Amino acid sequence: MPYVSHADIGGRSGFGPVVPEPEGAVFHATWEPRAHALTIALGATGSWNLDMARSARETLPDYLNLSYYEIWLGGLEKLVIAKNLATPDELTAGCALHAPAPVGRVLKADQVAAVLAKGAPTERAPAGPARFRPGQRVRTRATPAEHHTRLPGYLRGKTGVIERVLGAHVFADSHAQGLGEDPQWLYTVVFDAAELWGSEATPGHSVSFDAWQPYLEAT
Amino acid sequence: MGRDHDHADHSELSDVERRVRALETVMTQKGYIDPAALDVLIDTYQTKVGPRNGARAVARAWVDPAFRERLMRDATAAIAELGYSGRQGEHMIAVANVPGRHNIVVCTLCSCYPWPVLGLPPVWYKSAPYRSRVVRDPRGVLAEFGVTLPASTQIRVWDSTAEVRYLVIPERPAGTDGLSEEALAALVTRDSMIGTGLARAVGET
Repeated sequence: MPYVSHADIGGRSGFGPVVPEPEGAVFHATWEPRAHALTIALGATGSWNLDMARSARETLPDYLNLSYYEIWLGGLEKLVIAKNLATPDELTAGCALHAPAPVGRVLKADQVAAVLAKGAPTERAPAGPARFRPGQRVRTRATPAEHHTRLPGYLRGKTGVIERVLGAHVFADSHAQGLGEDPQWLYTVVFDAAELWGSEATPGHSVSFDAWQPYLEAT
Repeated sequence: MGRDHDHADHSELSDVERRVRALETVMTQKGYIDPAALDVLIDTYQTKVGPRNGARAVARAWVDPAFRERLMRDATAAIAELGYSGRQGEHMIAVANVPGRHNIVVCTLCSCYPWPVLGLPPVWYKSAPYRSRVVRDPRGVLAEFGVTLPASTQIRVWDSTAEVRYLVIPERPAGTDGLSEEALAALVTRDSMIGTGLARAVGET
């Protein structure tokens, strides 16, 4: 089955106006903070990684019709089933029906603050020297990936300039597929809006993204 | 505390509420989660982490040139000086608005956002209209926030596609020379640290 991300919407039109909201309105229903907390607590079991979680969310078929915490909930249900933490009949019944499988860790209340403060840094020792340097022109890969990727569609096959070398980081494409961390050099790459949007580009507008080295080739 | 009350009336549950409850119950019964940890997580993101953290960093940068220099060079370390660090802020970069150059942050692929300094993102930041359009028509999107920049201002949109998180340092408003750091922080809005707003002028609410 081809991999389809429904989240890759940069540059698309037809979604209507942005609706600003006041500061402080973080959750809009009492189940939302619970879904958010469940996502963090279950992620802490180590049964999957953040890139697998993003992949589970972006491949929900009805992604664009869901609110954001509905997307998180749907992704979480997929993951707990895929990683054998629950079966569909248990989620339907709302209670455990089968013996638990072992997990790497259970996040305890008194560990939360320290775990959040530590986070999960993704910078790693590089396997070799960086291929590109600031100021160099690069072209992004033109072909779509058949797996989770962080190269947005609107930036595929475009020419930009390396602005900054960000170190070597866990490569999302490999990590999401369960292929290990596979650290790769990460760069900030800048594109003139005209390269992306042609004649409709706003003068003086540029877009940058953070690109792992495998997304890029020298021009 | 609230849990027993929340769980009292099963008949009133919506489908999504039922699914959240089912997931939480199954995971708790299987021993994968500590319900008390969920309560701590909920409290943390509702009351402890939010955009006032980022506002303090911005105000410090406005009054303390040495801090600003550290913030621009290594934002992760400079922000940690104020006690903010960790999840979704492991690799921070500060981008400063200056006359003639304005920065806006987006995550077109999901909802990446610097939690330690801004808390959890507003709905619009995670929604299709903003994510799809700000990379293509930033001035049109800014207009929907009531912001108009001079035609000569260069606009950079940062699509945070990896684990680097961006904090916009808005321009310090004019006429704020005598203000305390705390009073300055009150002028720093969440949106001004995303780039969809400007810091408030003195007396503006």
